[in-house]
Amino acid sequence: MSGRARRLGVPIAAFVTLAALALLLPAFVSDFRAQQFAYVSIYLIALLGLNVLTGYTGQISLGHGAFMAIGGYTTAILMADHGVKDVWTIPVAALVAGLAGFLFGIPALRLSGLYLALATFAVAVALPGLIKRFAGFTGGGQGINLFGTDELTASLTPVTVLGQELSFNNWLYYLSTSIALVLYVVAWLLLRGRTGRALRSVRDSETAAVSFGVSLARYKTLAFGVSAAYAGVAGSLFAIATTFVNPDTFPIALSIFLLVGVVVGGLGSLVGMIAGAVFIHFMQTQWAQDAESVIPDWLPFLGDLDTDSPGAPALVFGGVLIALMFVLPDGVAGLLQRLWKAFARVRS
Amino acid sequence: MADFLQQVVAGLASGGVYALLALALVLIHRATGIINFAQGEMAMFSTYILWTLTVNHGWPYWPAFAFTLAASFVGGAGVYHVVIRPNSASSVLRVVIVTIGLLIFVNGLAQFIWTGEVRAVESPFPSGTVDIGGVVIAWSNVGTIAVSIGIVVLLWLFFQFTKVGLAMRAAAVNPAEARLVGVRVTHMLGLGWGLAAILGAVAGMLTAPSLFLDPTMMQATLIYAFAAAVLGGIDSPVGAVVGGLTLGVLLNVLSWLSQYGLFDWFTEELRLPTALLIILGVLLVKPSGIFGRTEVKRV
Repeated sequence: MSGRARRLGVPIAAFVTLAALALLLPAFVSDFRAQQFAYVSIYLIALLGLNVLTGYTGQISLGHGAFMAIGGYTTAILMADHGVKDVWTIPVAALVAGLAGFLFGIPALRLSGLYLALATFAVAVALPGLIKRFAGFTGGGQGINLFGTDELTASLTPVTVLGQELSFNNWLYYLSTSIALVLYVVAWLLLRGRTGRALRSVRDSETAAVSFGVSLARYKTLAFGVSAAYAGVAGSLFAIATTFVNPDTFPIALSIFLLVGVVVGGLGSLVGMIAGAVFIHFMQTQWAQDAESVIPDWLPFLGDLDTDSPGAPALVFGGVLIALMFVLPDGVAGLLQRLWKAFARVRS
Repeated sequence: MADFLQQVVAGLASGGVYALLALALVLIHRATGIINFAQGEMAMFSTYILWTLTVNHGWPYWPAFAFTLAASFVGGAGVYHVVIRPNSASSVLRVVIVTIGLLIFVNGLAQFIWTGEVRAVESPFPSGTVDIGGVVIAWSNVGTIAVSIGIVVLLWLFFQFTKVGLAMRAAAVNPAEARLVGVRVTHMLGLGWGLAAILGAVAGMLTAPSLFLDPTMMQATLIYAFAAAVLGGIDSPVGAVVGGLTLGVLLNVLSWLSQYGLFDWFTEELRLPTALLIILGVLLVKPSGIFGRTEVKRV
């Protein structure tokens, strides 16, 4: 095998295996689990996009929930007011959010590091207020309901795809997972070549990148646009999955969780995003609540933690997050890399 | 006119609170180069300590106030040494995530201990008003402004005229050289976090009587403090104070004018977005803020 083929062989084989497993999953799990994993795929899409911006280009965004909101509202408005079928709204949501991201990227060129984090944070915090203010267009605080509409596939009756009858949750899982897989490959293709190199050079040293002829303006706005388009797709699927949008569907916490997911997964790693997506979904919905059964009783203070009491899930979530930064400074991807290196050393 | 001045004074009072929290953010940003997203939650937690002491243990207000400041100082320095310092050698982003983890953790802890119930906190100031040349001002506003100014002056004296203050400034400006001349830099940074926690605690305790205490009390205030710090320049203590006061007055005057048909687009739900618009505007026009210096980047 030539070097190039070997370099590509392992990741491609791993990806194909993973994709096959992902597509077979609903056969082995309950309907409820399928819905949960659909959300994992949705988060994965958003994380892949955010990673292009934060992990590969070095631009911190604490406001990616805002781009998800743009995608989600695009889908909801198209479905409710214009009678567009849900799947067709997804590419439109990607375009609208991508354009918004590209435009936001232009003023953001002036900012870097924590200033950019604050600016994006400002956008995400301001958004719910603005959505409420323009109620005529967005439905205001009431939001837009999609449940039971004709535009929502499989909402009331199962849908038949390729001869298979799918419930809403299974349909949702296949829809978001197949989109996530496609976008995973797209991100991989985008990042492995010339563009990826340019983005990484911007991350590592802007000054050096410019002196090598990399246009900061071009690549930063590109990264913003691409990453916002991913967030738009995720937001669109999120609206479809929850069958409802209102200003609280995309709270500031969502933006924060996305950044958490990217860091926990591992900055600058695509595989890591899967772990990041699993982390943010299950941490929010389950692990923090179930922590009682996992934490050993002999631990002082935590041992008799009653997770039914208010605040306990947040306590666990925050604690785990801080602990993770100590134990896995480079995220799950960093851990995998270390294990892989150790394995390679043992073999040779 | 008297009406207008009344609004200005009320604005200065809320602005004083923003200024204190903004000053805490600036202090930490100058010392450690990071933004502490948990600053507001730490302040909220401090305020709960005051509430417990005065309500549950029957302490008089001012001893409880002093004890809370001491506890906050220990807590702030402790947070720095336990979770921030070990992570600070690596990327900014990791420390950001740690402070976000801290935000979630402290909020959870407060709910865990005190539940989410809304609590009334007593005000240390008399409840009446004072009439100064036709302008009627609440004593609580006078007190808040006085305490804010007092704290800022004390802090300035501390940094300007004490040896520790000088050492802290040195550690913040140039840690490597400060270490060479014998400044224990990590201790100084820990002190900085402690002082910031004190500032936050004062902000929390001053604002609690009017906002009422619950675990989300400081979240909006933190965002106003961000706006104030950015407006004044995130590296400038003077800027934080001026920014905070300006923001407080501006928001109050805007909502007062909107009653008279001017700026009638300004509704209560736009208070926060307006502050954020200021953040965005300042960052885009002059990212270093009014009083900040622009940094020159070397290769």
